[in-house]
Amino acid sequence: MSWVSAASMWIIPMILLGVLVHASIKKVPAYDSFVEGGKDGFQLAISLIPYLVGMLTAISVFRASGAMELMIAGLEPLLGLIGIPAEIVPLALIRPLSGSGALGMMSDLLAEHGPDSFIGRLASTMQGSTDTTLYVLTIYFGAAGIRYMGGALKVGLLADLVGIAAAIIIVTLVFG
Amino acid sequence: MVHVIWIAMFLIGIVTAMFNGRMEQVTDALFSGAESAVTLCFGLISVMVFWLGMMNIARRSGMLDAFTRILRPVAVRLFPEVPPEHPAMGYILSNITANMMGLGNAATPMGIKAVKELKQLNGGKDEASRSMVTLMALNTASLTLIPTTVIAIRMNHGSEAPAEIVGTTILATACSTLAAIFIDRYFYYRSMRKRKGY
Repeated sequence: MSWVSAASMWIIPMILLGVLVHASIKKVPAYDSFVEGGKDGFQLAISLIPYLVGMLTAISVFRASGAMELMIAGLEPLLGLIGIPAEIVPLALIRPLSGSGALGMMSDLLAEHGPDSFIGRLASTMQGSTDTTLYVLTIYFGAAGIRYMGGALKVGLLADLVGIAAAIIIVTLVFG
Repeated sequence: MVHVIWIAMFLIGIVTAMFNGRMEQVTDALFSGAESAVTLCFGLISVMVFWLGMMNIARRSGMLDAFTRILRPVAVRLFPEVPPEHPAMGYILSNITANMMGLGNAATPMGIKAVKELKQLNGGKDEASRSMVTLMALNTASLTLIPTTVIAIRMNHGSEAPAEIVGTTILATACSTLAAIFIDRYFYYRSMRKRKGY
């Protein structure tokens, strides 16, 4: 499965090449467009600050007090049987509920275990591979005035579960 | 729900610290947590500016539209109740494209417009139609090609190869998206059978 990590190194430069060649053919002012679009990126990153400060302080307190260790120690015997690192459980639990919470939790895991460790890679893959189901449903249905969600919540949460399981299996196969 | 978890993490943490004698560490954690959040956001600026800049070129050159046209036949099959030329289909396609390109903030307004159009198609009722459930399934599984935020955070923490998780992310996200489509279909046909009284 080493081709997966090799392909990872290629995909971004290839998209870049595609975008720039296409822009040259279509005679789009590429640099001006880049600068114009980039301004939104600054706004976006800055607007995340209050969400992440809230989440990271909560996670840090939870960890520093020893409560995180207690929780992980409680989960370990059960999850160890099927090869799931218990450290990842808090992230898996918060992922469908809060995007910034998951972002904070993932960053905390990378700081604690290192980004290139097994847990670091697993946390990165999990963060990228499912979205915040509850947020998506609340925002989309709320804005459109849909009150009865039908099967949407059930489908979303089950898909999250599959995504998390897939992340664990794939990361184990590729980097294990 | 998020409020409960957020408060619980603080409360459980502080109460545990009372018994553990770790009050000093908790106080330190408050300030270091806040500081690392701000550092993290500043670290995100670089990748976000670059990626959103690139995607703006792709939008203006018509590359994103071309991508949308490739996805159209798939979307027509996934949403059999939406007429292919209806504006709802256009919004659904823009929403999916934006999600795939890691443009979450552009995806949200498109998704909301799509749900509003689907609501009209459904006679303005305030209950989710079949197409809405399918759209939600696709969005919550979030088929992603480039997880930009994750790459930026890995960079911040000094990863040797920040982008090495792109491949595993694409595979995992493909699994969750396929699962979402099948689970959505399964529940739909099961409810149809019940209604017909088989």
